Amino acid sequence: MLKIADRTFRSRLFLGTGKFSSADTLKKAIQASGSEMITVALRRVDLNDPADDIMNVLDREKYLFLPNTSGARDAKEAVRLAKLARAAGSGNWLKLEVTPDPRTLLPDPIETLKATEQLVKEGFIVLPYINADPILALRLQDAGAAAVMPLGAPIGTNLGLITKFQVEIIIEQARVPVVVDAGLGAPSHAALAMEIGADAVLVNTAISVAGDPVKMAAAFAMAVEAGRAAYEAGLGRKSSEASASSPLSGLDFIKNV
Amino acid sequence: MFNLPAFKQLQELVRAGTDEDVQRSLRASHMGTADLAVLLSPAADNHLAAMAARSAGATLMRFGRTTQIYAPLYVSSFCTNRCSYCGFSADNKIERRRLSLEEAEAEAMLLHRRGFNHILLVSGEAPAKLGVDYLEELALRLRQRFASISIEVQPLSSEEYARLFAAGITSVAIYQETYDRETYEKVHLSGQKCDFDFRLEIPARAAAGGMREVGIGALLGLSDWRAEGLALGLHLAWLRKNFWRTSLTVSFPRLRPAAGEFQPIFQVTERDLSHLIFALRLFDPDVGIVLSTREEARYRNGMIGLGPTRYSAGSCTAPGGYSNPETSGEQFAVGDHRTIDEVCAAIRQKGFDPVRKDWDAGFQSLSS
Repeated sequence: MLKIADRTFRSRLFLGTGKFSSADTLKKAIQASGSEMITVALRRVDLNDPADDIMNVLDREKYLFLPNTSGARDAKEAVRLAKLARAAGSGNWLKLEVTPDPRTLLPDPIETLKATEQLVKEGFIVLPYINADPILALRLQDAGAAAVMPLGAPIGTNLGLITKFQVEIIIEQARVPVVVDAGLGAPSHAALAMEIGADAVLVNTAISVAGDPVKMAAAFAMAVEAGRAAYEAGLGRKSSEASASSPLSGLDFIKNV
Repeated sequence: MFNLPAFKQLQELVRAGTDEDVQRSLRASHMGTADLAVLLSPAADNHLAAMAARSAGATLMRFGRTTQIYAPLYVSSFCTNRCSYCGFSADNKIERRRLSLEEAEAEAMLLHRRGFNHILLVSGEAPAKLGVDYLEELALRLRQRFASISIEVQPLSSEEYARLFAAGITSVAIYQETYDRETYEKVHLSGQKCDFDFRLEIPARAAAGGMREVGIGALLGLSDWRAEGLALGLHLAWLRKNFWRTSLTVSFPRLRPAAGEFQPIFQVTERDLSHLIFALRLFDPDVGIVLSTREEARYRNGMIGLGPTRYSAGSCTAPGGYSNPETSGEQFAVGDHRTIDEVCAAIRQKGFDPVRKDWDAGFQSLSS
């Protein structure tokens, strides 16, 4: 089972809640995904409003509520928003997003590290969203991040795991769980991320803008399970040459002397 | 500094595209300003359906099945400019009014009770009647109750924008009205707004002042809409390059009946407006596109999801008009008279989520 900080998760699929056509569709997609970790943009909800449509969908007994700082331009804004949310009862968990460029929504590595250092000191369980930069991932885990969340591709692009090479290095080096976040546009992308050893994936746009978001959520759930099972089973090495079925063929000059 | 080519040159550029060019641009994975010119050309008129489909796809990818909802709050109709197309023009004999801070707050809270979380403070340009002090004070009173506060007021300096940002105003709309210098000088008869080049610089000032979002736009009906579209694209692209932290929005208000004798110089149809929206969306997949209550309900319903990302609702364009529906002295007559709940229901019916809150005052400290 996946363990992040002190929590265990049966499902390795995390869900984002943006861009859905209604709170009702979101609710059904969450159920179909089997996800136990749901992230919500703090900018989008009113934690003080008991009638908030998105918050009402999230049964906090069943799902870990992972608020995110989407929209923050620097560490200061992200930290401030996180503290206000915690004061309003959002809990200690936080998906840290510092995205100063509203166009690409790519994360700012410097401000993300700064904010992580501060938030960890303040007792938050921080899951930072980062570009697929292995050294940054190491710096963040040294700073106390509970997991790292490298992007597969920029948010909302559905381009898939175009950062595969760097993500593989991050996975190899990580002491904390690696969650591939952003850009996964199809279940096959999620399966690939799981096959190479990601601990989990976070999906939003590919599900929320699908023709049938509920069915797509179920499809991602299956892909994540398949990818994880393949990783655990141990994938065979890829090769462009056919390999002999007898491992010693061609080596029979070697005598047992 | 933003270097706007001569309008005549833009007009030539948007007329040069051939059918073949349009097909090539529609296949391009990245669109440059040359593609924008092609997509605005008369040759593209025959490809409106293909443009609409691509525009809808790009909007869905970037913004999802959502449409943001906001309301304008008119705080003052005093204006020192004489602009021949505007109901607030200084020589129009309308009842002028500036809301006191208490009145403005009461209007805002009325909008809040109706379900608005994003408001746009609008005023005529009369700094002596309504200056930065007023806007700052009003923002400080409202900031904890609204997810975001935007302004559409007279041009300010970067320092003034920074001051208002610190007070909780996060977004500035400032429209050039027309990028056609000749027409601009004809319709702006007197007042500070007469200076075309001065006005062209203001969006950059707002961005430099730290605003999160800057909205630009052209008032359709003053000049050649195709060339206006290209000018807007160039302006957007320049702002993106120079202020990469700033979100951008674009708006294409069509002239509406207003006080005064003015008649549109150019007829811009719903088809033309749609053409502009699709072309700008294909050119800039990330820009927010505003479709206000200037347009009729039928058209606004039809456009949901095709390109626009933000709708106003239940709007009144006279100061004090929300508390007292009998108020006269509006800037223009709106085309969509539905309430916020009716607009939201129509959006839901289209399979979209009417988003009333998509920002948070918590990003900024109260003391800064």
